[in-house]
Amino acid sequence: MPKSLISIHDFSKDEMLHILDMAAKFEANPFQTILKGKVVACIFFEPSTRTRLSFETAANRLGARIIGFSDADNTSVSKGETLKDTIKMVSNYADLIIMRHPLEGSARYASEVSGVPVINAGDGANQHPSQTLLDLYSIFKTQGRLSDLSINMVGDLKYGRTVHSLLQAMSHFSPLFTFTAPDELMMPQEYKKYLLSKGISYRETKELTEYLNDTDILYMTRVQQERFLDPIEYERVKNVYSLNASMLDGCRSNMRILHPLPRVNEISTDVDSSEHAYYFEQARNGVFTRMAIIAYLLGKEI
Amino acid sequence: MEKHLKVSAIKNGTVLDHIPAEQLFNVIDILRLYTIDKQVTFGTNLESKLLGKKAIIKISDKWFKDDEINKIALIAPQAKINIIKDFEVVEKKVITIPETIRGIVKCMNPMCVTNHQPVTTIFTTIAVEPEIQLLCHYCEKITDNKNLKIISNY
Repeated sequence: MPKSLISIHDFSKDEMLHILDMAAKFEANPFQTILKGKVVACIFFEPSTRTRLSFETAANRLGARIIGFSDADNTSVSKGETLKDTIKMVSNYADLIIMRHPLEGSARYASEVSGVPVINAGDGANQHPSQTLLDLYSIFKTQGRLSDLSINMVGDLKYGRTVHSLLQAMSHFSPLFTFTAPDELMMPQEYKKYLLSKGISYRETKELTEYLNDTDILYMTRVQQERFLDPIEYERVKNVYSLNASMLDGCRSNMRILHPLPRVNEISTDVDSSEHAYYFEQARNGVFTRMAIIAYLLGKEI
Repeated sequence: MEKHLKVSAIKNGTVLDHIPAEQLFNVIDILRLYTIDKQVTFGTNLESKLLGKKAIIKISDKWFKDDEINKIALIAPQAKINIIKDFEVVEKKVITIPETIRGIVKCMNPMCVTNHQPVTTIFTTIAVEPEIQLLCHYCEKITDNKNLKIISNY
């Protein structure tokens, strides 16, 4: 079975660092068409414009050709074809498969039936490892290191898959975590136990401003309305977890704000022009990180 | 005074005792006892000091491999396995929950691929005490005691 990237656990600490190193080289020189003649399949069983464009840009910059579909409506899936058969077919055509699918665990299953590497571009609420690697790359770029940083995660810490994957990836680098969330959306017990077992400390608060001045990376997430039973509670929480420029006065100068995007109202637009805002550059970093992942899984070193 | 056996003794074979009464048919299902051509006798809702109501299964001329019999530990952790030779118990086996469980258990996550595509479930046992916790190889979610459902072979 060829090496795939399905879950952040699939990469060791050394492999993660290697990907970041390759991403930096691609950023320094994005014109490296080392995958000329290769075919990359982007198969998206549910639409995700942002992720798909980022992956397709990465594959294009590497010189690969792209086949695929951006939603399953007009494919044989709508005729009742099993996922296994679709993957078997596509892996006959392409050298690598990038897949997004609404079912959790679908990417792991695909990697077991595919003859070529699979990159998980999101399997339901489960994993989205390229997002985590681009988050790591953004943290490294802005702080010059990954170790001993104060990481403040804000918003939906209960359901947010990006924060859970980032927490696991960062746990290699002895961070101090802050979890800023309302009662309904607190970091689940299993992740806190995981940190304790690794000897990593964390603190929790409901107040966004409480540890803001003591933070290197402020990782904001979207608070989604469908998580709340009570619409009044949602309105309250939505406003409490909204960052604006005036709150940034006492921050560390190196503090950077990350957000997996799309944002709604958790970051006010007056923050965009602040030197602390980094979420748009973060999205740009995604292309270099994905170039690194694709090249690495196809055995190309730079 | 000799005790009258509710399920009559067998000469050679395997006796599965102390099965929770409500799990009897799941045990039969997991061990696929309906596929064997040997004599199978069972009783259920029998009195038990340990379980309240228990079931017992006696299978003549049949012996199980450890990894086969261990599968029932998920639903009958206190089951006792007695190996019978010439009407005597020659060996008592303790069952343990396997580290990896293929098939048998349904993933409790309704969005897991195993509940929508023809995929055999695979779990890693991550805890046994105070309750069983199984980690799904595919969706990475935990199925615990309270949500443990057996996939029928029928």
